[in-house]
Amino acid sequence: MSPVLAIQGLTVALPAGADRPHALDRVSLDLNAGEILCVVGESGSGKSMTAGAVMRLLPPGVAITGGSVIFEGQDLATADEATMRHLRGARIAMVFQEPMTALNPLRRIGDQIGEMFRIHTALSATEIAARVLDLLAEVHIPEPAQAARAYPHELSGGQRQRAMIAMALALDPKVLIADEPTTALDVTTQAQILHLIKDLQRRKGTAVLFITHDFGVVAEIADRVAVMQHGMVVEEGPAAQVLNAPRHEYTRSLIAAVPPLTARAPRPVSAEPILVMRDVRKTYRTGGFLGRGGRVTHAVRGVTLTLPKGATLGIVGESGSGKSTLARCLVRLIEPEGGSVSLGGLELTGLTRAQMRRQAHRIQMVFQDPYGSLNPRRRAGELVAQGPMIHGTPRAEALRRAKELFELVGLDPASTERFPHEFSGGQRQRIGLARALALEPEVLVADEPVSALDVSVQAQVLRLLAELRERLGLSLVFITHDLRVAAQVCDLVAVMKDGEVVEHGPVARVFEAPEHPYTQALLASVPGRDFARKN
Amino acid sequence: MRVLALAGRRLLSSVPTLLLILVGIFLLLQLAPGDAVDALIAQTGGGADAASAAAMRAEMGLDLSVPAQLANYMWRLVRLDLGFSSIYGKPVSTVIFERLPATLLLMLAALSFAFFFGLVLGVLAARRVNGWPDTLISTLGLIFYATPSFWFGLMAIVLFSVHLQWLPAGGFEEIGSGFTGLRRTLDIATHLVLPTLTLGLIFLAIYLRIMRASMLEVLSLDFVRTARAKGLDETRVVVRHVLRNALLPMVTLIGLQAGTMLGGSVVVESVFSLPGLGRLAYESVVQRDLNTLLGIVFVSALLVICVNFVVDLLYARLDPRITP
Repeated sequence: MSPVLAIQGLTVALPAGADRPHALDRVSLDLNAGEILCVVGESGSGKSMTAGAVMRLLPPGVAITGGSVIFEGQDLATADEATMRHLRGARIAMVFQEPMTALNPLRRIGDQIGEMFRIHTALSATEIAARVLDLLAEVHIPEPAQAARAYPHELSGGQRQRAMIAMALALDPKVLIADEPTTALDVTTQAQILHLIKDLQRRKGTAVLFITHDFGVVAEIADRVAVMQHGMVVEEGPAAQVLNAPRHEYTRSLIAAVPPLTARAPRPVSAEPILVMRDVRKTYRTGGFLGRGGRVTHAVRGVTLTLPKGATLGIVGESGSGKSTLARCLVRLIEPEGGSVSLGGLELTGLTRAQMRRQAHRIQMVFQDPYGSLNPRRRAGELVAQGPMIHGTPRAEALRRAKELFELVGLDPASTERFPHEFSGGQRQRIGLARALALEPEVLVADEPVSALDVSVQAQVLRLLAELRERLGLSLVFITHDLRVAAQVCDLVAVMKDGEVVEHGPVARVFEAPEHPYTQALLASVPGRDFARKN
Repeated sequence: MRVLALAGRRLLSSVPTLLLILVGIFLLLQLAPGDAVDALIAQTGGGADAASAAAMRAEMGLDLSVPAQLANYMWRLVRLDLGFSSIYGKPVSTVIFERLPATLLLMLAALSFAFFFGLVLGVLAARRVNGWPDTLISTLGLIFYATPSFWFGLMAIVLFSVHLQWLPAGGFEEIGSGFTGLRRTLDIATHLVLPTLTLGLIFLAIYLRIMRASMLEVLSLDFVRTARAKGLDETRVVVRHVLRNALLPMVTLIGLQAGTMLGGSVVVESVFSLPGLGRLAYESVVQRDLNTLLGIVFVSALLVICVNFVVDLLYARLDPRITP
């Protein structure tokens, strides 16, 4: 059987001055009818570029310089723009990562799906409307008629992604390219979307080119796997073979970096509490006029948790569960409305703003986005030294200390003179850590510190965190949506849903024998959980 | 329903704004030495004695305390009575409403001109970013922005009115021509061409830069990639997906610039001797006609609030994400 899509020796050149000459270097892949081919790799491996090259939607300055993409007897690498426009959407469709931004915010869902028919077919308006409803029903959106009339912001992330899939499948394409379609989704939603893609693919016989960085997702969905590194395919084969008996060194290291879902052997936990939260509450009010008609969101409702000294308390939950709000309440970036937070016996919630600032060095925070959380106009060393300087350390002393901290977190002390953009994502997160540690805190609150990082970098940062915790006697509050990461770093774990802690306890107990149905559902949704368990 | 609720809220919230402006201006003018009576006496040659001046003050209510005067003024405003202009010898409202049409027409024309061409040029520049059309358009924009509008006006008069004699050099219409209907409309239109261009060019430059930047930003967004992946051609991508998104900052700008435009019309109306609000404001400052000045401030504030109100509604229509 000849493949539906045959990529042969495809080479894509990057503009002069890029970190490497080729985005893709002689990439050859075959996509057969009715199969799901997963292309896995870390950021910069060229996996998204492969999708862009097939669709001929490359960023400006990037061009195909060699090889061919054979689809239905045509070479797409050299086809003209008009031919490509006929193929795009109709024969080869695409689903993107970010369902919020991939849809036009100003046009209704039905209108955007209907556009597919308006471009490629001569159907009448009423017929298009009927087909749109059918499609929305097919991707299991509740109340399709209502969803068709809705604007993107009125739907949830999962529903938006369903609408994107409906749009992509509108004209029964031969090939569906899915570029990280579930990366921005919550784990339970992700499981549903993966199931939907697999189900539709089986029924329609579509060939799917599935791009992802997540080996769990690969284990869940792939028939065949291609692993990419630096623009080259380093290993390709049936999913079972690549996952269980990887041949290439890089594949092995990637798989080894995926944290297993089983908890490590429990560490002894001190009986002395350092951070105690009692009935912490926070409510957000939006809109409304003179207090009427506004929406009230109970972000955190009555959370009571204890962090023992030297331990790591994981707070897991999906987006909107209130875990980040809780973290910000702990360091009083957000003022909790009720309840109390006490740090080593000191009631933080009772302090005035000025008193809290003086205590701020005892509890520090590390943020999720290593790109957004560092001021791009200040040197890395200054960013780290800023905290101690505010608390009265002389500038020279603080800068010298910053160099030591750089060494501590595994960065070159000489690089304190550089600006944040000169560091990679993982290095920036290390700067974030150094900044938090500069004040010698007793408690570190880490809000999704590794979720923006590639899996191998993530493993390094997690190892660093564990090491620092031992060496400095830190106590950690670790916020994450990734259960595997939680299993690796936490001693205790609390599962949050809709602002409440539904279950908490030692991580091994919660993960091995979850009591609450929501915890069970969460654990069941982790992609490739069998793979993750035995890994 | 959503738009109506928004409209109601915006109207309510503009009441305190208006109140603040009026009280502020009233108090500011109280700080200036002298009053309308002094100005009148000065105009008539300064021959009035203290007793008659005091009588005039009592008649005009100027002998009352400042808060009482303010209260009086506000109460008159509520009844839409703007007072009497002693310089023009007419009620202030009459004076203003004689001058209002010229200014409104000029503003509307200049705004439409600037908005439309700013949009078109901005889109063209963004489509050919860093190409020669972009460079040409951006350079032109910079020239328009950097040149003072009075100089533009004067040069336009020299070129189009004096040398080429295509367009009239000033005025709102041919006085004493007795034109009616369509002929009169055409006459006014030809008189407004040069003032519109002069007032509009600066704003055109601003709109074109904003439009270019916002087009470039929107073009880099994910949904544009989605649109391309659907098989839309570039023109349809721009018209159906980019344009409306890119228009949002432009619409915001209209509201912000309505006030600036009123200010700019003072210069343009003076250069082209248009009988508009801007020139009236200038004249009443020179002649210390405080009642008229206050009236103009009131009407201008109303005008700016109205424009912003319309802009808010327009924005809510354009962007479904706005919630009241």
